Amino acid sequence: MPGTTATPDVELIHSDHGGTGGGSSGGNGQGGGGNEPSGRAAGVPQRTYVTGMTVGLGGILMFFMALVSAYIVRKGMPNSGWVPLPVFPRVLWLNTAILLASSVTLARSRKLFRAADEEGFRHWWGVTTILGLFFLVGQIIAWRQFAQAGVYMATNASSSFLYVFTVAHGLHLAGGVIALVSVLFRPTHRLTRSTATEVVSMYWHFMDGLWVFLFLLLILGR
Amino acid sequence: MSSHAHVVPHAPTGFVSKYIFSTDHKVIGIQYILLAMTAVFVGMILSLVMRFHLAWPNAHLPFIQGGIMTPEQYASLLTMHGTIMVFFVLTTAPQGGFGNYFLPIQIGAPDMAFPHLNMLSFWVTFLAFVAIIAAFFVPGGAPLSGWTGYAPLSGLGEVTGPGEGWGQTMWIVSIALFCLASLLGALNFIATTIDMRAPGMSLFRMPLTVWGWFVTAILGLLAFGVLLAGGVLLLLDRSAGTSFFIPAGTVVNDQLQPHSGGSPLLWQHLFWFFGHPEVYIAILPGMGVASHVLSTFSRKPVFGYRAMAGAICAIGFLGFMVWGHHMFVSGMSPYSGFAFSVLTMSIGVPSAIKTFNWLGTLWNGKIQFKSPMLFALGFVSLFVSGGLSGLFLAQPAIDNRLHATYYVVAHFHLVMGVAAIFGIFAATYFWFPKMFGRMMSEPLAKLHFWFTFIGAYLIFMPMHWLGIAGGIRRYADYTAVDFLKPLQNVHYFMTIAAFVTGAAQLFFLFNFFWSLKHGAKASKNPWNATTLEWSTDSPPPLDNFDGHYPSVYRGPYEFSRLDTVDDFTPQNIPPAEVKRNK
Repeated sequence: MPGTTATPDVELIHSDHGGTGGGSSGGNGQGGGGNEPSGRAAGVPQRTYVTGMTVGLGGILMFFMALVSAYIVRKGMPNSGWVPLPVFPRVLWLNTAILLASSVTLARSRKLFRAADEEGFRHWWGVTTILGLFFLVGQIIAWRQFAQAGVYMATNASSSFLYVFTVAHGLHLAGGVIALVSVLFRPTHRLTRSTATEVVSMYWHFMDGLWVFLFLLLILGR
Repeated sequence: MSSHAHVVPHAPTGFVSKYIFSTDHKVIGIQYILLAMTAVFVGMILSLVMRFHLAWPNAHLPFIQGGIMTPEQYASLLTMHGTIMVFFVLTTAPQGGFGNYFLPIQIGAPDMAFPHLNMLSFWVTFLAFVAIIAAFFVPGGAPLSGWTGYAPLSGLGEVTGPGEGWGQTMWIVSIALFCLASLLGALNFIATTIDMRAPGMSLFRMPLTVWGWFVTAILGLLAFGVLLAGGVLLLLDRSAGTSFFIPAGTVVNDQLQPHSGGSPLLWQHLFWFFGHPEVYIAILPGMGVASHVLSTFSRKPVFGYRAMAGAICAIGFLGFMVWGHHMFVSGMSPYSGFAFSVLTMSIGVPSAIKTFNWLGTLWNGKIQFKSPMLFALGFVSLFVSGGLSGLFLAQPAIDNRLHATYYVVAHFHLVMGVAAIFGIFAATYFWFPKMFGRMMSEPLAKLHFWFTFIGAYLIFMPMHWLGIAGGIRRYADYTAVDFLKPLQNVHYFMTIAAFVTGAAQLFFLFNFFWSLKHGAKASKNPWNATTLEWSTDSPPPLDNFDGHYPSVYRGPYEFSRLDTVDDFTPQNIPPAEVKRNK
C-alpha cells in the first residue's frame, strides 16, 4: 500500500524551521540546541519566546474573560441584589490615563532601542516603569477610598467584582513592573535583549488594554 | 540526518539536577508518569474501598474512623477518587507524562521550548498532589462535594459537613495549583509544537500523537484559566464572605447563611466550561496513541490521516460548546437544552470519523497482536461502548431520567476513564523499550490485558443496567433504601469484578519494575516503526539525537509501500537512501 501523504518524498519544508540565525533548533536559546543567542541576527526577537508570550496572553485572557462572564451573569440574575457602587474614585480615571501614557512611553522606548539609541531606550523604559508604579500606587489609593466609603469585598456583589478585577489585574501588572525593572538591571542570558523588550512590551500593552476594558466595564456596569 | 554540527550540552552530574530538579523533558516526563502511578494507586484503593462498602455496607473496616463507614465518609471517598483520577491520573499521565517525553522527540527537537518552565510545571503539579493528599489529614478530613465541587455545598464551610471546612479549602488550593501548572505546561507544548519542529516536519507530517498532545494543550490553555477563575471566586465565597455562588436564604442545619444573591448555577457554568474540555484533555492523547499503535501493528498507514487530524481539531473545538449537557436537570431553558443537545450529538460525527478510520486502518492489515496493539484495540472498543451511551445521555428527556444514576457513572468511566487508561497502557507497552532500553514481558502483558479488558466490561456494563433500573449514584448503602434493595446483587457482582481487575494490575506493576532491570535489551527500533523517536538510541541521549538532528522527508505512517524493500519507511531517511524494489 502506498504512503498516506500526497507529498512527494523530495519536498522539504524548511520555512517551518529555525528563526533567524544559525543553528537548527528554532528559537531555542537554551539547553539542548546549543545555539548562542549571539549567533542570531541582532534586533530580531527569538521566535519561541514571542510565541510563548502570545500563547500565555491567550491563557490570561481566558482567566479574565471567565471573571467577566461571571460578572455579567451574576449582575443580570433575577434576585441578584445588585447595588451599584456608591462611589467611583476619580483617581481611577487618573490611573487609566497613566497606564495609557505608559504604553506610549514604552512604544517610544522600543523605537529608540531599534534605532540602537541605548540612552534614549533606558530613559523611556525607566519612565514606563515609574508610570507603572504610579498606577499601582494609584490603585491602592482607590482601594482606600472605596474602603473609606464603606465599600469592602463582601459589601455587595458589585464591590466583590470590583476588588476581584482590580486585584487580579494589579497582581498581573505588578509582574509586568518586575519584568520592566529586570530588563533594565539584569543582563539576560537566555533571552537576547531584543526578545526581552519585545515580550515584555507585548505583555505590558496587553495589560494596558485589559485595564481599559475592565475600567469601561466597571463604569458602564455601575 | 542533518549535517549541521551541534554543540552537545553538558549532562548535569549531580543526582539532584539530574533526577529531581531536571530540565530534561524526558526526566520530567518520567516524573509525571511516576506521579500518576502513585495517584492511580491511591485512586484505585479508594474505589476498591467504596466498592467493598457498597457490597457489604455493614462490614467493619479497621482503617475507617468509627469502624463502620458513614455516608459522609463515603462521599469524601468518591470526591477524592474523582479528583485524584481526573486531575492527577487522566490529565497527568497522557499529557504531562508521555506528551512531555515524546512530543519533542517526535518532532525532532532537543527539548521543550522552555525547559525551566517545564520543570516548574511538574513541581507545581507535585505540590497540587501534596495538597490534595493533605486533605485526608486536615481537621474534618476530605471534602464531600464531588470532583465537581458543586456550590453551595462547596462554598459554605464546615457547617455543611465534616470535610467541608479545611478539606474543601485544600481541594480548592490543590485545583488552583493544578490549573497554574497545566497552563504553564500547555503554553510550553504549544510553543514547542509551533516553533521547534525539525526541517521538513510540516503540520501534516506530524504523528497523530503530536496532534493529540497539541490540541490537548490548546484545550488546556483555554479551559484551565476558567476553572482557576471559578476557584478564586469559590475561595472568596468561603473565606471573604462574598456571594458569587451562594443564594439568599440558604439554610443549613437550621442556620441561615450570611450570603445573598449568588448563583449556584454560575459555578456549574464555570466548572463545566472547563469540565467538558477536560474530558477531551483526558482522551485526545489516547486517541493519538491508538492511531499511532494501530497503524504500526497493522503495518499500514493510518487510514485518512488528514481526516484523523481534522477530527481531533473538530472534537477539541466542539468540546467548548457542549458544557451545558452536564446541566440539563438544572432547570435550564428548553431552547438552551436543545442547542446543547444538538451540539453534543454533533460530536458523534468526528468521533465516528475516528472510529471508522481506526477500523479502516486495521482492514486488510498484517495485524501483529503485540501488547500495545491489544491495548489500542481495547481503547477503540471501550471508546465506542462508552461513547454510544453518550448519545442517549445527550437527549435532555432521557437525561432527566438517567442523570443522577449509575448509567452516567458507567458512561464516563468507560469513555474517559477506562478508555484513557487503556491509551496510557498502550503508550506504556509501546514506548517502554524507548524510555528504558528494555522490553517488557509479552506474556505478562497479555495476561494483564485480558484480565483488565474483560474485567472493565464486567465492572461497568452492569452499571448501565443498574442506572436504567433507577440505581441512584452517590448512595452509600443500597440496602438502606427499600426500592434499591433488589439491586444489591448487582453491587456484589461489580465489587468482585473490581477486586479481580484491581488485583490483575499487579501483573502490570511487576512487569514494569521487573523489566526495568531484567527485560531483554531493546534495539533502537524494536517495532519497526517510522517516527523520529525510533531513529535515536533507547533510551535517547540528553539532547535526544546526540547532536545529529533529523530532517523529515515524508509523512509519519509509511508502512508497506509497494516500491520499497522494507515494509516501513522512517520519516528521517532521505529519499536517495530508501532501499527500493527493482
